[in-house]
Amino acid sequence: MKLNLKIWRQKNASQKGGFQTYTVDANTHMSFLEMLDVLNESLIAKKEEPVAFEHDCREGICGACSMVIDGQPHGPWKGTTTCQLHMREFKDGDTITIEPFRARSFPVVKDLVVDRSAFDRIIQAGGYISVNTGQAPDGNSIPVVREDSSLAFEAAACIGCGACVAACPNASAMLFVSAKVSHLGLLPQGKVEQSDRVLNMVKQMDDEGFGRCSNVTACEAECPKEISVANIARLNRAYLGAALGSEKEV
Amino acid sequence: MKLDGKVPAGDLAEKWTTYKSTCPIVAPHNKRKLDVIVVGTGLAGASAAASLAELGYNVKAFTFHDSPRRAHSIAAQGGINAAKNYANDGDSVYRLFYDTIKGGDYRAREGNVHRLAEVSNNIIDQCVAQGVPFAREYGGLLETRSFGGVQVSRTFYARGQTGQQLLIGAYQALSRQIHTGKVQMYNRHEMLDVVIVDGKARGIITRNLLNGKIERFGAHAVILATGGYGNVFYLSTNAMNCNVTAAWRAVKRGALMANPCYTQIHPTCIPVSGDYQSKLTLMSESLRNDGRVWVPQKMEDVKAIREGKKKPVDIPEADRDYYLERRYPSFGNLVPRDVASRAAKVACDEGRGVNASGLAVFLDFASAIQRYGTSKAHAQGLENPDKATITRLGEQVIEEKYGNLFQMYEKITGDNPYKTPMMIFPAVHYTMGGLWVDYNLETNIPGLFALGEANFSDHGANRLGASALMQGLADGYFVIPYTIGSFLSGEIRSDKVDTDHEAFAQAEKEVQDRLSRLMNIGGNQSVESFHRRLGLTMWDYCGMARNEEGLKKARQIIRDLREEFYRDLYVPGTLDEFNPELEKANRVADFMELGEMMVVDALQRRESCGGHFREECQSEGGEAQRNDEEFTYVSAWGWTDTNKDPELHKEELVFENVELKTRSYA
Repeated sequence: MKLNLKIWRQKNASQKGGFQTYTVDANTHMSFLEMLDVLNESLIAKKEEPVAFEHDCREGICGACSMVIDGQPHGPWKGTTTCQLHMREFKDGDTITIEPFRARSFPVVKDLVVDRSAFDRIIQAGGYISVNTGQAPDGNSIPVVREDSSLAFEAAACIGCGACVAACPNASAMLFVSAKVSHLGLLPQGKVEQSDRVLNMVKQMDDEGFGRCSNVTACEAECPKEISVANIARLNRAYLGAALGSEKEV
Repeated sequence: MKLDGKVPAGDLAEKWTTYKSTCPIVAPHNKRKLDVIVVGTGLAGASAAASLAELGYNVKAFTFHDSPRRAHSIAAQGGINAAKNYANDGDSVYRLFYDTIKGGDYRAREGNVHRLAEVSNNIIDQCVAQGVPFAREYGGLLETRSFGGVQVSRTFYARGQTGQQLLIGAYQALSRQIHTGKVQMYNRHEMLDVVIVDGKARGIITRNLLNGKIERFGAHAVILATGGYGNVFYLSTNAMNCNVTAAWRAVKRGALMANPCYTQIHPTCIPVSGDYQSKLTLMSESLRNDGRVWVPQKMEDVKAIREGKKKPVDIPEADRDYYLERRYPSFGNLVPRDVASRAAKVACDEGRGVNASGLAVFLDFASAIQRYGTSKAHAQGLENPDKATITRLGEQVIEEKYGNLFQMYEKITGDNPYKTPMMIFPAVHYTMGGLWVDYNLETNIPGLFALGEANFSDHGANRLGASALMQGLADGYFVIPYTIGSFLSGEIRSDKVDTDHEAFAQAEKEVQDRLSRLMNIGGNQSVESFHRRLGLTMWDYCGMARNEEGLKKARQIIRDLREEFYRDLYVPGTLDEFNPELEKANRVADFMELGEMMVVDALQRRESCGGHFREECQSEGGEAQRNDEEFTYVSAWGWTDTNKDPELHKEELVFENVELKTRSYA
């Protein structure tokens, strides 16, 4: 099938970008990124610059791929990263618009590649359990309620791709932050420092310039790992508890 | 060169304990003065960087990714082994050790493997404490399942995303140390050379992938935790950016590459669907707990399936060949990977492959769905449940266990594996070979260490499932924090490493020259096209089966291809910008050299063992035939020069505790 692609091209963060149009021959068995590989090979053959996009595992788990396809982060399939989207979704003659994730806190590096290091800094502010190597007691010494463990897992399934931010009209990172706060806070091992964790991570999130949450829930709809907005409610409760109950100044 | 594995003397079970209580250590005030570079932030690198920083060393950690969390460890699905014996099914440290030695076809060091089995239990404890959400029983305790090549249930898991959860644990531990300032983290920095000063590894040269800047970093020791080189085959289950460059730069500086031809071909991957294909997707080995592998008995059924005239469900039980259960009754579908892959190849070579290309077999869950469904119906008190109810309940159980894998399969193929069996075929997955290291995980270059898949140490000629995560974390959390002291205790009087030293300038210049050379070829063919051709050659001649004639041919093809590469490569863009094509070109250039060394190793090792199957060396039943008389050693190859033979150094493998036997899973 022949496709028309409208792709955002931008040399670097300081230069202005814009859309350029290409055509590509694809087949229905290809993944979306393989279709872009084909485009890039054809550009290289013409000695033109290929489209830069981020990708690595191509099986939906590393979180590297990040693009907005026809207005949706990671494209039209629910619970699917760009790399797992396959071309049988599209038909001959379709025009597909491809843009980078857009958010003030995710500056464009080149074309479809953005800088998501703000997420790393949020984790560094408190997204962990403070246990040094070798300090741990036996793994079965603390039973964990199966339901809690399961909920913690579902929150921990976040791949840190940033689709939630790209989907949000306010470019809020609340789903990302709340997933980490839930993952750790639901487990007995993580409860001990939950108050500090919540306060520190939320502060870092604000410092990075992410917007406020206004309960649009587009984040949940677009999340390739289907992380629930129930986590945001959990974060809000934890934040309130920590802020009101804290001895510290917030 | 005499290779000394430095395995401590004494009883097998006491070696590590004795080592730990007697090895040289560095006092806290001196740790603060010592710098360590860690390259790579997967399970091995992130856990090492975090643990060393906790101890007080100054760590500089590097990844070419935009974040340490993207390392390919994240894609490991099935689980991590440990000898906890929580299942009360007869497991022990010795049994894990024995299974690993046997699984590796008696080509690994006893001392290293026993240590691995010992620390496996600490890893589970550590990960639980970090908040890794492992699967749990209703009583709140940890749950396990079985993997190939073993008869106990010792694999801990977090649904089909165990690697992700363990890596996030290590990433968070690393993040905590970045926050304290004990780790300086360099994202999007690719290591392009290691710097040797007065015979010791003292630093690295990196390229900042955002702006192309070449930079120097010095330290008292350098740790490479840079993963495996399966992408030499182009198509593999590895992530697109996995590469050998860091390890290969070390080889070019004198480090030895051990057993490079030991490649793991994983039996259960989604088959190749077309020429455009960029990578292959693994379906976890855990699926073989419940999935049964089969092909039709009758050629007419094969034909009908290929033509779409029959569906797999139309083939009656009696006309199916569950060939693993038939050939290996005591392990059944859970034979080790090398055995399962070869059996799939045999079935397809016989013409019984079930997709259009003839390169696929079925992995069928129908009987597991019936079994679980019946049991669940019983538990719910349903009397005489109908078939639809049983199927529905059974599918629910399967979904709980493997939901994300089934979903992934359906997204890629468009088929629903609850209703029709999966089609699978072997694919390159892991490389047991890697940098030669001694018991301290130190290469033959003093101060240069290699961890995780980047080293060769623990898996012999075939790795067992769920052991890669175990080894990566063992190396990083529990081995290197001790063994690095053996080197660094001698460095407490050393000054800060001076990156103005001539060796740094020289290495930096060589890196720049190499990149400029690639950039300036100005030919017509893309990196990708060369990589594909290299990969195809490796797969055809140095893949699941190898023979002398093919390997000799492959060597010449690779040499010709390399010559063509340096004559006709085209790399777009410039040196001083974000340029993924340049990154790839540099990596493929190294694969071109590594590929030849793999072929040379495969040619020299005239025996079959584990993943290395020489067609000349097989039993009448088609099983791998080792030659212990001649080949009970590690082949450690040293680089000499382009188009010259590498130099072979042998480390004899001594088995004091395990008797060498023909590996049998029948």
